[in-house]
Amino acid sequence: TKPCGRRSSSFPSLDPPAGFVQELPYVLVDCIGGRYGVYEDHAEFLKKHFHLIAMKEYLENKKFLSKKIRAIYMWYHKPVIKEELLQSLPNLKIVASSGVGIDHLDLNLLSRYGVKVSNTPFVVSTDTADLGMALMLASSRRLVEGYQIAVSPDTEYFPADWLGAEVSGATLGIVGMGTIGYKVAERAKAFEMKILYHNRNQRNKEEESAVGAIYCKKIDDLLQQSDFVLLSVNLTPQTHKLIGKRELELMKPTATLINISRGLVVDQDALVEALQNKVIKAAALDVTYPEPLPRDHPLLKLKNVIITPHIGSATKKTRRLMMENMVESIHAGLRGLPIPNEVLL
Amino acid sequence: MGGGELPGLLVNEIGGIHGILHGHVALLKKHFYLITMKEFLENRKHMSKKVQAIYLWWHKPIIDRELLQSLPNLKVIANSGVGMDHLDLKLVASFGVKMANAPYAVSSSTADTGMALLLASARRLVEGNISILLSDLLGVEVTGATLGIIGMGSIGYKIALRAKAFEMNILYHNRTRRKEQEEQAVGATYCEKIDSLLQQADFVMVVVSLTPQTHKLIGKREMELMKPTATLINISRGAVVDQEALVTALQTGVIRAAALDVTYPEPLPRDHTLLKLKNVIITPHLGIKTDKTTYMITEEAVENILAALNGLPIPSEL
Repeated sequence: TKPCGRRSSSFPSLDPPAGFVQELPYVLVDCIGGRYGVYEDHAEFLKKHFHLIAMKEYLENKKFLSKKIRAIYMWYHKPVIKEELLQSLPNLKIVASSGVGIDHLDLNLLSRYGVKVSNTPFVVSTDTADLGMALMLASSRRLVEGYQIAVSPDTEYFPADWLGAEVSGATLGIVGMGTIGYKVAERAKAFEMKILYHNRNQRNKEEESAVGAIYCKKIDDLLQQSDFVLLSVNLTPQTHKLIGKRELELMKPTATLINISRGLVVDQDALVEALQNKVIKAAALDVTYPEPLPRDHPLLKLKNVIITPHIGSATKKTRRLMMENMVESIHAGLRGLPIPNEVLL
Repeated sequence: MGGGELPGLLVNEIGGIHGILHGHVALLKKHFYLITMKEFLENRKHMSKKVQAIYLWWHKPIIDRELLQSLPNLKVIANSGVGMDHLDLKLVASFGVKMANAPYAVSSSTADTGMALLLASARRLVEGNISILLSDLLGVEVTGATLGIIGMGSIGYKIALRAKAFEMNILYHNRTRRKEQEEQAVGATYCEKIDSLLQQADFVMVVVSLTPQTHKLIGKREMELMKPTATLINISRGAVVDQEALVTALQTGVIRAAALDVTYPEPLPRDHTLLKLKNVIITPHLGIKTDKTTYMITEEAVENILAALNGLPIPSEL
């Protein structure tokens, strides 16, 4: 099926036939409002399409609601879907998950119950690539530290010998050259960076030359040459702890690790050690394991680490587009039509 | 010049708060006999005739009439960086002393800083650092947004090159219009009137020299022309922006946010309101502060000074 256009927001498939009055489909959400809940302004839109049932309400009225619920709207990976839930929702047809990552879903389990799955892969790409660039620039130029100096009550002067490292002209190694990785390459090229990439498959020649990217079949080659190593892979059993002690030791001691994929792609304990022992210079992480980290975690104390709270796709516009894509996928799933952004096993 | 004796180069100090970086000393000593201000003041009679060049680092030593009068063999002043607002150019010229700055060395690094600030502000990176995920830590998009560049010199142009890769719509305002090919290469649209740029831009990036004409270029009027969702980024000089007007604009939502690598003064007084506003990022004038760029600046300065002392055309003469 053709993926959703990035800016598509018209839904010809959603208009009910004229004169047809129908009960809105019952869709389960975790909660509305609050820290991880569906945004209030999104809920307004959603309620025009669905009869939203929050988990709390569902649990209080299982007998009636369990047969009604036909879709789950998964926002920030909630509600958590376990077999028990699937067993109690006999008419569940589709789970729409926000974002591109699907490592939090048991696809085999959902498939066994005949439940389809969708995500929002394309709308998140540019924002996530932008954040990758933001982290690389902020880390390299010591932006957060600089801010702290600029506003600290103790600052009397700005020292001349306080320096960062150059981004322009440096070597960027992209691990995972999917949609997001490629958009990072497009941006990095404008900074005259030398771009290396490692991927399961090599991209074609035109794609490579458009961004001046050189394929490293062996990740070691990329790690040894890069000033910045950026991770933009999916989390799969193969990429779990992809970057561990060995990989960190292959990196230059002047190199920076940037992670915009999933916390578990990196061996976090090995990373802490590598940073403390100056095996690598710095890290900038939009993702950790868990999220958020416990407040006493050593990563939060290291001066050479920037951690952002998984904001890769966190712009109003993109979150709105994600929501609209999910609505479209749910409607298609409920009508037995081809599902945009379906996740196949 | 006496046989084998290197020309005297006056610098403010070596190391310390604003001094020449230790890593640059070897390069300078290769070509020059280094004299610090302290050494000069302690031994004026002997040193004053030796000084043929001055290398300014972070605007020091201060060049005044008294100093110029006491250096009869001074031929050239090399400025680190590209800003010249701290120098009385007419005074220096009246003594027949040439001046040079370092435009090539600074442009990429400063353009990178502009982009770093733009991205950090848009995506609320500083706010988000080590914080727990906030459901409302939503930023604004950079890709596809409109960037208005005020001042399209070397640095402004390098910003345009970078912004183009983010698919940004680029507007620019400059004293003079760039050539068509230059505009097309970055997809930039000229705004003869600054108002037109201010009204359309999601990000306003200020990249001008500080001159009497650009002093308080961005004031209350200009900020009110900006969108309430817009971000102001200043990588030029603090005095290009009316700082009081900026505080008011940020507090009352006239503009969304600001990111400033430069202020007036630097650093700001510790009780200044700008330091407390959540929608402001301030950085300590780090535009050129990388190992590579600072070294390139000194290399460029050395080249300029040697050319001047050898009676050759100076690459970056002002």
